[in-house]
Amino acid sequence: MSNDELIWRIAGGSGDGIDSTSQNFAKALMRSGLHVFTHRHYPSRIRGGHTYVEIRAAGHEVQSRGDGYNFLLALGDSFARNPQEDAYYGNEELKPLSENLDELREGGVIVYDEGLLTEDDVAELDLEARAEENDWYVYPVDLRGLAKEHGREVMRNTAGVGVTAALIDMDLAHIEDLMEDAMSGDVLEANLAILHEAHDMVEAEFDEVPELTVPTGEHDAAQALLSGSNAIAYGAIDAGCRFISGYPMTPWTDVFTILSQNFPDMGGVAEQVEDEIAAAALAVGASHAGAKAMSGSSGGGFALMSEPLGLAEMTETPIVLLESMRAGPSTGMPTKPEQGDLEFVLYTSQGDSARVVFAPGNVEEAYEQTRLAFEIAYDYQIPTILIYDQKLSGENTNVSVDFFDREPNPDLGSTLTEAELKEAAHDASGKFERFGYDDNEKGVSPRSIPGQAGGRYLATGNEHSPVGHISEDPDNRVFQMDRRLEKLEHIRDDLDEGETNQTYVGPDDAEYGIITWGSSQGAVFEAVSRLNDDDHSVRAVSVSDMMPFPETELTEFIEGVDEAMVVEMNATAQFRGLIQKELGRYGEKLTSLLKYNGNPFEPAEIVEGYEINVDGGEAEPSAQVRIEPAAGD
Amino acid sequence: MSAFNAIGDEREVDSNEYTAGVEPQPTWCPGCGDFSVLKALKQALPEVGRNPEEVLCVTGIGCSGKLNSYLDSYGFHTIHGRSLPVARAAKLANPGLEVIAAGGDGDGYGIGGNHFIHSARENHDMTYIVFNNEVFGLTKGQTSPTSPKGHKSKTQPSGSAKDPLRPLSLGLTAGASYVARTAAVNPNQAKEILIEAMEHDGFAHIDFLTQCPTWNKDARQYVPYVDVQESDDYDFDVTDRREAAEMMYETESALYEGTVLTGRYYVDEERPSYQEEKRTVGELPDEPIAERYFDEDSEWERSYDLLERHT
Ligand SMILES: Cc1ncc(C[n+]2csc(CCOP(=O)(O)OP(=O)(O)O)c2C)c(N)n1
Ligand code: SF4
Repeated sequence: MSNDELIWRIAGGSGDGIDSTSQNFAKALMRSGLHVFTHRHYPSRIRGGHTYVEIRAAGHEVQSRGDGYNFLLALGDSFARNPQEDAYYGNEELKPLSENLDELREGGVIVYDEGLLTEDDVAELDLEARAEENDWYVYPVDLRGLAKEHGREVMRNTAGVGVTAALIDMDLAHIEDLMEDAMSGDVLEANLAILHEAHDMVEAEFDEVPELTVPTGEHDAAQALLSGSNAIAYGAIDAGCRFISGYPMTPWTDVFTILSQNFPDMGGVAEQVEDEIAAAALAVGASHAGAKAMSGSSGGGFALMSEPLGLAEMTETPIVLLESMRAGPSTGMPTKPEQGDLEFVLYTSQGDSARVVFAPGNVEEAYEQTRLAFEIAYDYQIPTILIYDQKLSGENTNVSVDFFDREPNPDLGSTLTEAELKEAAHDASGKFERFGYDDNEKGVSPRSIPGQAGGRYLATGNEHSPVGHISEDPDNRVFQMDRRLEKLEHIRDDLDEGETNQTYVGPDDAEYGIITWGSSQGAVFEAVSRLNDDDHSVRAVSVSDMMPFPETELTEFIEGVDEAMVVEMNATAQFRGLIQKELGRYGEKLTSLLKYNGNPFEPAEIVEGYEINVDGGEAEPSAQVRIEPAAGD
Repeated sequence: MSAFNAIGDEREVDSNEYTAGVEPQPTWCPGCGDFSVLKALKQALPEVGRNPEEVLCVTGIGCSGKLNSYLDSYGFHTIHGRSLPVARAAKLANPGLEVIAAGGDGDGYGIGGNHFIHSARENHDMTYIVFNNEVFGLTKGQTSPTSPKGHKSKTQPSGSAKDPLRPLSLGLTAGASYVARTAAVNPNQAKEILIEAMEHDGFAHIDFLTQCPTWNKDARQYVPYVDVQESDDYDFDVTDRREAAEMMYETESALYEGTVLTGRYYVDEERPSYQEEKRTVGELPDEPIAERYFDEDSEWERSYDLLERHT
């Protein structure tokens, strides 16, 4: 088997420490010079239930979870020992082993905790026969016993890592370093003892070693391991955001938590409030009073924000909102990713409303576009929304540390100082013409901040005159409406002038196109590289600008290929619909590859989707994906 | 130096400053109680030493929500029921502002009920005025959360089957540290209560009885009223929760029986405001966040400094 990548899956119950163990192991792999990418699968349960984290590590760049995996560390699920036979969730002790076998590649390695699973349990699985058929290497190890001997049962994670390292011939030094960073005293000593003993035991007890060894690699610069949520939070910090309000909802909570923990040290304010209507309204209030402010939620919570979102548009109050999608409708699948809220985010709120929507496709884009979202929101006094999903929220990948070495941008955008307010237009009563339409640039009329001398005005969600009084005057209405909508065109021009937010792979003159958005990017890009390596001619674009839409870029892309497949994680081809709506054509040129079973795309599924489409689209896909033919087909 | 010259301005403020020469004429009906709130507020603000540029008046939707259209200060006319969350955040971003939130009984006790409960509970430092006219005014007289049981309206043609909400008791239970009721027909008391409320360091809830002659013709104009502080018949300690609660209960029941009781019902000067509590635990900076953006010497922390934990 090829040793060019290790995809290590650690499986157990929620609450068993899978997260921290995998985080550390991923870091150890990164520190050893590898590129890493993590994928987390978990149920909406706090304790117990089958969960796993996958870490893909390779000497080359990795952009997705990959296809299948090649090393399983099956811990026992300590919350699954249900004394009642017919308990609702059943007896799940075996799940970390039994649930994961289907995706294990040929030649893969299985380590399971003999201390928790009896021989009878395992016999049920027919493991021996399956191992033979698939050339699996199976190592039963008493991880629990080992952990208990030197410390506590939970430390069996450490034992599992020690066994892993021994089997794939990995140097323990990086793991030891990380342990030393994270713990001390007796706990550290016990863990180190367990690590070494587990490692030595493998060498003493097992003659047969797997063909899998840890890949090798080297980084040219220092690396950091972080998730999309980290990147968004850090982008906000560097954009000068110092106010966040929110209400918990998975997966948006990650960003909310990170900023709540960091803001107190940065002179910022984080507020957990009574509901999402309040959360978004607080962001509006804080921004109105002169802070760079943010709020956000996931599907259902974002639904509640539609009112304050409209208020921000009408009062031209800059705010940034996040929408971290999970599978819907309604409460849907709280811990599973989907790209199903696109249309909702684009169009929620009444009237001819305008907002900017970005959909970052990876960790670096998440950082970059968060900064951009703040810049545009404050320069143009318009709400901007970042739409992303549970996958990008939680996946960790290595990014060069230098990437984050940027100047902060605490600029309040088109906001006047008191000195500038003195020169600005006021009406006869002395009110500042905050919503003036004569003298604006790119549709933007600069604002004042409450407390500033000479800046008094009324902000209102009603249509209003230049000083903010409610007005139903038809001329004023048309002026104000046109001015607010005009911003979008200027924003599009600015975006077109700057560096593009869209990312491309594959040759310029390719015959076939793949179009995707958001977190599906990585799997698509890997699939495209594979296809081109196999002499196909494919080019892909991952689109981030959802509104205003990059019309010119997308037209060029689609014109340049014979046909194109739109890949997205939802059942109704929402993004394909957006492309057709924005460009007003190409219905016959676009097909869709859709996945909405709660699991993100794997590159192989995209390769297969491509093959089926190129072949005329008649065949049934083997995985749980759906092909939606072109219009008229 | 502050980036907001207006804040902390010590000069004498004239009441006329809140009434500019050219402003829209109120669209309220003749005889509407809302005029009295506006007038009392214009008189009270100079007395607390606030000039129009330090005041942010945040309102909801309804006839009451138009308060700030006629008050010449900074204003934010928000959406139905949402004045409080907008106001709270403005105060957190710039504690130097005098923040007043206002709306109607439908706005504040109906659609915005959740925000009311939590703003009171958290004891945000602000004044919250609810124009209680026992109906939805702007949408033409429908039954509101404070309409009496049996109240007939177009949407409750047979008379409301619901008991009215008890706003004072609710404010107290939720945690407001200042709770009072005043009435449009009592301008002197109204002004004094507004002054106290603004000077109070915490959430000051004022249930302001405002008659709506257009849709609530049957409703008494809240006269005669009794000022509980002036009357010998009512003796209770406004700093005692239990006594305050009993008095509120009596007041709220009496309102529908024709006896209008007004005054201060609960005053807790001991309880720190939310801003103070948050500052104590280190979650609110001493310097207003809003100021930093105008301060060129301000040092902004970078995410780069947080990366160590990720390497
Ligand atoms: C979300 C929403 N629902 C309903 C309305 C319609 N609406 C406007 S004012 C109002 C009632 C206002 O009643 P109240 O708060 O008692 O104020 P009043 O007009 O009596 O001063 C309603 C229901 C709205 N603007 N927004
Ligand atoms: S409808 Fe009632 S509350 Fe509204 S302005 Fe007229 S009198 Fe006042």
